[in-house]
Amino acid sequence: MPDPVLEVTDLKKHYPIKKGLLRRTVGNVYAVDGITFSVAEGETLGLVGESGCGKSTAARAVMRLVEPTSGSIKLEGQEIAHLGKKEMRPFRRQMQIVFQDPFASLDPRMTVGDIVGEPLQVHGIARASELADRVAGLFTQVGLRAEQMKLFPHQFSGGQRQRICIARALALNPKLIVGDEPVSALDVSIQAQVINLLVDLQQEKKLSYLFIAHDLAVVEHISHRVAVMYLGKIVEYADKKTLFSHPLHPYTEALLSAVPIPNPKIKRKKQILVGDVPSPVNPPPGCSFHTRCPHAMPRCRSEVPQLQEMSTGNWVACHLHQGGKAVAA
Amino acid sequence: MSAAPTTGETILDVAGLKTYFYTRAGIVRAVEDLSFTLKRGETLAIVGESGCGKSMTALSLMRLIPEPPGRIAAGSVVLEGRDLLKLDEESMRQVRGNEISMIFQEPMTSLNPVLTVGNQIGETLRLHQRLPEAQIKARTIEMLRLVGIPEPEQRAREYPHQLSGGMRQRVMIAIALACNPKVLIADEPTTALDVTIQAQIINLMIDLQRELGTALILITHDLGVVAETAQRVIVMYAGRKVEQASVEAIFDRPMHPYTRGLLDSVPHLTSISGDEAPEHLNEIPGMVPALSNLPQGCAFAPRCKFADDQCTAQYPPFERKGDGHWAACWHSDRLGGDSNA
Repeated sequence: MPDPVLEVTDLKKHYPIKKGLLRRTVGNVYAVDGITFSVAEGETLGLVGESGCGKSTAARAVMRLVEPTSGSIKLEGQEIAHLGKKEMRPFRRQMQIVFQDPFASLDPRMTVGDIVGEPLQVHGIARASELADRVAGLFTQVGLRAEQMKLFPHQFSGGQRQRICIARALALNPKLIVGDEPVSALDVSIQAQVINLLVDLQQEKKLSYLFIAHDLAVVEHISHRVAVMYLGKIVEYADKKTLFSHPLHPYTEALLSAVPIPNPKIKRKKQILVGDVPSPVNPPPGCSFHTRCPHAMPRCRSEVPQLQEMSTGNWVACHLHQGGKAVAA
Repeated sequence: MSAAPTTGETILDVAGLKTYFYTRAGIVRAVEDLSFTLKRGETLAIVGESGCGKSMTALSLMRLIPEPPGRIAAGSVVLEGRDLLKLDEESMRQVRGNEISMIFQEPMTSLNPVLTVGNQIGETLRLHQRLPEAQIKARTIEMLRLVGIPEPEQRAREYPHQLSGGMRQRVMIAIALACNPKVLIADEPTTALDVTIQAQIINLMIDLQRELGTALILITHDLGVVAETAQRVIVMYAGRKVEQASVEAIFDRPMHPYTRGLLDSVPHLTSISGDEAPEHLNEIPGMVPALSNLPQGCAFAPRCKFADDQCTAQYPPFERKGDGHWAACWHSDRLGGDSNA
């Protein structure tokens, strides 16, 4: 396989908790606590997990929008984890992000044409009539009309605004697009339109996606490989088919079983997890899932399970599966 | 989920409900001529996308429409023989939270941040049931236990910010059910929650409904939740009811192209349902029309592949298409075949 577009190794992001007059650090929020993954050219990696599991922080750290605490981020083989602001610039063109809320991520006082053209201006790539042509081209690519360039964000619906955000992300011809819940705020009929657009653009431009979502059905549809996060760690990392049909980690299993299926004829026995996700300030010792895990053993309370490769490319961090072979639960 | 025991007795009868908003842009017909009935102990789901009028329906039943600019322009909401729309405000307050109550989407914004959780459950009881204080306290703890909150005595003394999202929604349910209402309206009760918590809350609602025999109106956009909880379904589009049927019939053979489009555009876990994974999701082209400027004829016609001159000229009648299956479409017969194809 060629070099992956994005390669993340043991990435950590801890937020210090400061207290008292001297602002002494009294603890850490372990938002992202040592995650490793890669995204190949033209591939989509889905990153799933519940609120507070660190998936958005991971995305922001990869984009260098927050400073990673430690670890390595390689974009097309080049280390970018600790580059300064100036040195980062050329790499910023290579990766772009689309956020969840298309209402909050567009400046209400700029025309949408200016919004989409801004990255081109900032990087000094195009100006004047060439700029207008490029922007018009981007508009058609995302299924908007070039005449709409003169309008303002409030004149568009949620789905159209998300198309504008996508056009802006595409402006610099990036290799990698990070989507942080890009379709979660949209109605289902519109969601399908935007998902199809993302899939088409990927095929056309060989884009790589890091796709963050909490909706497992959407992730299954769009991803090639999937990483499941729980409390700042990746607990399972596998190709889509393996992960969805034979989940190994009890958390993945519970997540899948919790998804309501829109078909009243399918009756499943649901496995319902008790309790809530523990706080990332004070994660439980050992396996952080042991407080909710139906299969927890004494060992899970003390020893942190490491990610182990079960079959080629399929990894799980669970004491139930050791030495590359499944142990009966 | 199997059907909860229903006695077949109608408890709520909504007829010809029209809720309009009078704005500078014109009259917004948020709910247009909506009728339905609800039987004791049954779950009725109202499905649709943003702006289809499903939340406005809920607020109309509770008489919580902000007036002005809104107004319930016509219709009746008969709860056990009494038309709620004819009650004066004082009598309506006796009904609200007592005989008919509601759970909202956002548990954080619906709870009062400066009152303890126990106090807020007790408030409902104090208002409606004139019990001695000791009994109110006991009932509060009992409600917290019923909705599955551990250590209810301690939790009753805590404030909303000390609870997680799932716990807050449990408290909302405890408040709504404290007076044992006949009808519970749940407006997107699990939308703000994570899937594993959503599964907990849905299970809780089904269990409580069986135990207490409350009739439930479940308002949601999530077809998965509908399939797992409801017995009957109403699909709304642009303020109107476009289809109504049993949950099996809606998913099996939808009679309205909008319902069909909704079902087909939702990605579902194909590894569990066993269906072939499509490369492209089916889209419904275009978007929902503005309620202040609805097209003449069928509101869905501009997005519908079956639309013809008849559709754009005349709104289709809400007709019987099968046993307990109704839809407003001129061309239901063209929709035949398997929906999950």
